[in-house]
Amino acid sequence: MPSLKINGRSVRIDGPDDMPLLWALRDIVGMTGTKFGCGVGMCGACTVHVDAVAVRSCITPLSSVTGKTITTIEGVGKTITGAAVQKAWLADEVPQCGYCQSGQIMSAAALLAANAQPTDADIDQVMGGNLCRCGTYNRIRQGIKRAARALEDSRKQS
Amino acid sequence: MNISRRHFLQTSGALWLAFHVPSATSASTAKGFAPNAYLRIDPSGQVTVIVAYVEMGQGTYTSIPMLLAEELEIPLSSVRVEHAPPDERLYGNPFLGGIQATGNSNAIRGSWEPMRRAGAAARTMLVQAAARRWNVDPASCRAENGAVLHRASGRRLKYGALVGAAAKLPMPAPESVRLKRREDFKLIGTPAKRLDLSGKVNGAAIYGIDASVPGMKVATLAITPVFGGKLRKLDDAAAKAVAGVRQIVRLDDAVAVVADDMWAAKKGLASLNIEWDDGLNANASSASLVADMEKASGNPGTVARQEGDFAKAVGGAVTRHEATYQVPFLAHATLEPMNCTVHVRKESCELWVGTQAMTRTQAAAAQVLGLPVEKVTVHNHLIGGGFGRRLEVDGVIRAVQVAKRVDGPVKLIYSREEDIQHDMYRPYFYDRMTAGLDAQGMPVAWSHRITGSSIMARWAPPFFKNGLDPETVDGAVEPPYALPNVVVEYVRYEPPGIPTAFWRGVGPAHNVFMVESFIDELAAAAGKDPIAYRRALLGGNARARAVLDLAAQKGGWGKPLPRGSGRGISLQHAFGSYLAQVAEVEVAPGGEVRVRRVVCAVDCGVVVNPDTVRAQMESGVAFGISAALREEITLKNGRVEQANFGDYHLLRMHEMPAIDVHLIESGEAPGGIGETATACVMPALTNAIFAATGKRIRKLPVANQAAT
Repeated sequence: MPSLKINGRSVRIDGPDDMPLLWALRDIVGMTGTKFGCGVGMCGACTVHVDAVAVRSCITPLSSVTGKTITTIEGVGKTITGAAVQKAWLADEVPQCGYCQSGQIMSAAALLAANAQPTDADIDQVMGGNLCRCGTYNRIRQGIKRAARALEDSRKQS
Repeated sequence: MNISRRHFLQTSGALWLAFHVPSATSASTAKGFAPNAYLRIDPSGQVTVIVAYVEMGQGTYTSIPMLLAEELEIPLSSVRVEHAPPDERLYGNPFLGGIQATGNSNAIRGSWEPMRRAGAAARTMLVQAAARRWNVDPASCRAENGAVLHRASGRRLKYGALVGAAAKLPMPAPESVRLKRREDFKLIGTPAKRLDLSGKVNGAAIYGIDASVPGMKVATLAITPVFGGKLRKLDDAAAKAVAGVRQIVRLDDAVAVVADDMWAAKKGLASLNIEWDDGLNANASSASLVADMEKASGNPGTVARQEGDFAKAVGGAVTRHEATYQVPFLAHATLEPMNCTVHVRKESCELWVGTQAMTRTQAAAAQVLGLPVEKVTVHNHLIGGGFGRRLEVDGVIRAVQVAKRVDGPVKLIYSREEDIQHDMYRPYFYDRMTAGLDAQGMPVAWSHRITGSSIMARWAPPFFKNGLDPETVDGAVEPPYALPNVVVEYVRYEPPGIPTAFWRGVGPAHNVFMVESFIDELAAAAGKDPIAYRRALLGGNARARAVLDLAAQKGGWGKPLPRGSGRGISLQHAFGSYLAQVAEVEVAPGGEVRVRRVVCAVDCGVVVNPDTVRAQMESGVAFGISAALREEITLKNGRVEQANFGDYHLLRMHEMPAIDVHLIESGEAPGGIGETATACVMPALTNAIFAATGKRIRKLPVANQAAT
């Protein structure tokens, strides 16, 4: 029975080793913020952080994440970067239907954690893996830049 | 309002007048004050607005409460939104003949009067209640910020304290209450913050797919790969042996695996050995469908509009210009795959789903189970992408068919592959355009013959009359131009072996492509500037001219561009709104098209929330260029050839153009906005490709047609 650390909490999962993390989160742990979109790692709706790296949970088997630190959309607001992204998303009114936004926020937070001042090309490269059928891409870009500025300001102040 | 829209309303029987405000039987409920079906105020002061239009990203759970909050004089942020239960008597869509559905970009148009009147009626009663309590003239009191104030004495009572007294007052006739003057609006016209966003950034928002019911099983399914096929033989021994698999459900044309979780269900499904009987459509292919459609389009159709004498005028024209245009079958590809949770009990049924069609969902479940509709409860949810897909109940029917055979609640989730391969598709259209031109290249005759599926004939048969479907010809019947000697015809062609459905932009999403491309061709044939040519055809259409001129000005029309780049224009009047767009594209020698910028000039009448209008321009443009550039569903051997995002390509971040939105505050009646940009941008894009390369794109998607 794999044991995971999800959003700072230790969770034992009653599921097989080959079960993708997505379904463990949704159907076993009961955390539905992480979304199913394609099942093949092509839309990014299921993005979570494993040891601070963005991964597609729909193609990540439990066996590969045992003992690792997992952050989902439900917990990312407790990180400085995640909170800044969520705040920027509200300020720019990014979501429309919102279904892809958990994944967008997780990808954006991982991007900013690794690259405090991403260029447009950096954003294209990282966010290109996250589909948004409502076409909120320009606001996502704007939100990432807003969050980057806010994080930069808070670093200067501290 | 154009002719087809008028026709649409007339055929709806005018049952639903614009100011219809369904009253509650009594203003008093156990929960407080409920003077009409749209509003409830609890003794705590909590205001709940009941919204009949579902939130699927278009902002309806914000813009519709704004209308009511404006008149009720409450802060928008204090409103709680509740989705309306299935009840067409109270919540029918006045623009869809009273069907309780969200579609055709008409929620604001349908709500503009009734929601404001609902708020104003409640405000009037609350003011009266306060005035009675204070024994003063109601005219000396006013409502403000969720309370009634008596100016002279400075007394103030919050709405919560007044609900008991207000509920006992006689209800004023909705049409008798005084609405605020537009210059007094505090909320309407402001970029008020959306009410649905906090849960959408922290994972708390619950979509249909997130529904959780105690004891719930999860199911996924395989449907016959050929439409109309049947299940012939099934070996489920290996599937039953998969840990967590509880049950295999056989339907006529599908097999579902019911399990403890989705992963077990998926593994079970992969272990099934299924033999299908492909049935009559085993050889269906796009190529043969298109060939049939081309043939059908050679015959005259039902006349949707006829003015003057086309045959005579085209015969006497200096030149004649003809073209055929085609648009493909399209998937909706909502990011939330089809799903529905159902609990069938002995004499009742409960559903958890995100639907654009509440009463259809309820009726479909009732029909499968042989229950009266009132025994079916539907909990509507936030929708993870609608675009017309969730106006259909095929997924609901399958979920209920599965649940009928399962003890306890079950959530059916389509895999992405099943979602794409068993969508109901935007129909293919094959249109023939003909114009007769005078010596200056201006049209003296115009013919547009549309050939394709009628969704209305299936979805709402009363709208399909005498061979004519007003939705299928919408955007073609009345282009914004003053065209002499016009004939617009419709040839109904139902493609065998592929189901069709509404898709964002509906009629205008194909017709505006045809019309605006053809107008562009005529301008080019005349050697005239595309905007000047259009302007010359506008006659007295001031609103169309205003958006056209603004788009031209803001879009830098006429300014030089590098080689391989071009600008295209498109103008439309659809969904009650005017829109002009200038698209700027760059075409690589290999044919790769990059849309750099789209400038939108919008006149949607009164703007309820300008940020929502901007957001819908951005969204509609993305949806339209995604489709125009690459999206296409094709059939081979009766099977849909695309299955997931690797072969059904949606627009991604790096392909998104800059979008500038310019609003014209015309003060006219509000128009729709959610679908307008999708329709308009497709020809703006292909006209820009023409400007950049000289290649006229007459068939979508563009794919690699722009290669030089």
